Amino acid sequence: MTDLLAIGTRKGLFLARSDDGRRTWTLDGPHLLAQEVAAVCVDTRRAGPRILAGIQYGHWGPTVMWSDDLGATWDETDSGAIRFPADTGAALARVWQLRPDSADRPDVVWAGCEPHSLWRSTDGGCSFSLVRGHWDHPHRPEWEPGGGGGAVHTILPDPASDRVTIAMSGGGVYLSDDGGSSWEPRNRGISAVFMPEPAPEYGQCVHKVAVDAAGPDTMVAQNHFGVFRTEDAGRTWSSIAGGLPADFGFPIATSPITPGTAWVVPLVADMQRVPPGGKLRVHRTRDAGATWTEGGVGLPDAAWTAVMRDAFCVDEGDPTGVYVGTRDGCVYASADEAESFTLVADHLPDVLAVRAVRLP
Amino acid sequence: MTVQVLLPGVLADLAGGAKHLDVEPAGDTLADVLDELAARHPMLGRRLRDETGTVRRFVNVYVDGDDIRYAGGLTTTVRDGAQVQVLPSIAGG
Repeated sequence: MTDLLAIGTRKGLFLARSDDGRRTWTLDGPHLLAQEVAAVCVDTRRAGPRILAGIQYGHWGPTVMWSDDLGATWDETDSGAIRFPADTGAALARVWQLRPDSADRPDVVWAGCEPHSLWRSTDGGCSFSLVRGHWDHPHRPEWEPGGGGGAVHTILPDPASDRVTIAMSGGGVYLSDDGGSSWEPRNRGISAVFMPEPAPEYGQCVHKVAVDAAGPDTMVAQNHFGVFRTEDAGRTWSSIAGGLPADFGFPIATSPITPGTAWVVPLVADMQRVPPGGKLRVHRTRDAGATWTEGGVGLPDAAWTAVMRDAFCVDEGDPTGVYVGTRDGCVYASADEAESFTLVADHLPDVLAVRAVRLP
Repeated sequence: MTVQVLLPGVLADLAGGAKHLDVEPAGDTLADVLDELAARHPMLGRRLRDETGTVRRFVNVYVDGDDIRYAGGLTTTVRDGAQVQVLPSIAGG
């Protein structure tokens, strides 16, 4: 068993491996040197793992690249994996999210992009089609870009149905029960402190959403101020931020195996995006947000940095592994559900995305 | 009509290793030159322009030494024997 951690940074991709149960790690890279890797995933549904990377060449534009040999070689589609149709008048600005679908849909991969758009691939991520039901949604002109840009940054396909839940900066949570043809906002109860109407139907700046192990109707969200939970597929959300030192932050992750368990990384506020007191900590709930416990032995006490929404993830191990990447180029791994962490890498470029998988 | 396209070394691999390419565009504008270049080398084409056809922000193109952003942009007239030079702009990271 090998644990593989893909680390997307501002200037390339790194791969960390552990062959001893996530105790020690070796670092490989940089791959795709000097290219921004804002989105990465490792698709383990294939005969061999495929790494997909949403890259930005800087001068030469964004695209999706893939490697079927753990980074030794990379390929891309000649004409570009993601290209807006001519009638949209839009151009791809950045790939924010790459998400393999279920094992029952082995060639389906989803992409979330800037400008606000959702894409679906049926060839393993080599080429994507724009999800028109989302692009043509009448709310789209009112989705405002957040400070980082307007994008679909979270995609949660339900493995047992045609449901897809997404989250967008400056748009909020939307859900489709028909594979993407039609969409409705699911933001009731999520605050929007930057809008005159405190509880609009849509327009929230939801930073990240994760599905609880209890089932697809139960989700948690880290909002632009506020941490929320729903048990009815987003029809209503309730605050679960009461026990946290701050309710601002970007990532949120849930246990794949234990219902009610989730992790967040609090930051002070939108205009002060640093950990409270400079102490980088992961907070965990085991009771669906009723209480939170600070964890993170091994995380730094003087870290005036931040953790981006995708620079945080969990693996499928038991106990669950938790991974944190920081904007000052450090990556930490926990093999005990965020009680304690070990340093995987430091002095990397700012970390934009981490994804962990277990390989046989 | 034949136009010579000069590429920076970092893009030459996308044109079979050539830094100098002779292109025979269908018309006499820069857009025609870039269209022909993209038809021959699609990956190179999208490094230079996005899917709307707009030259990327940090790509500079010169026709006979003139920056096309201060000339006619993609409609800049290109004469037979002209030199079209592609250079990355002052940016990086």
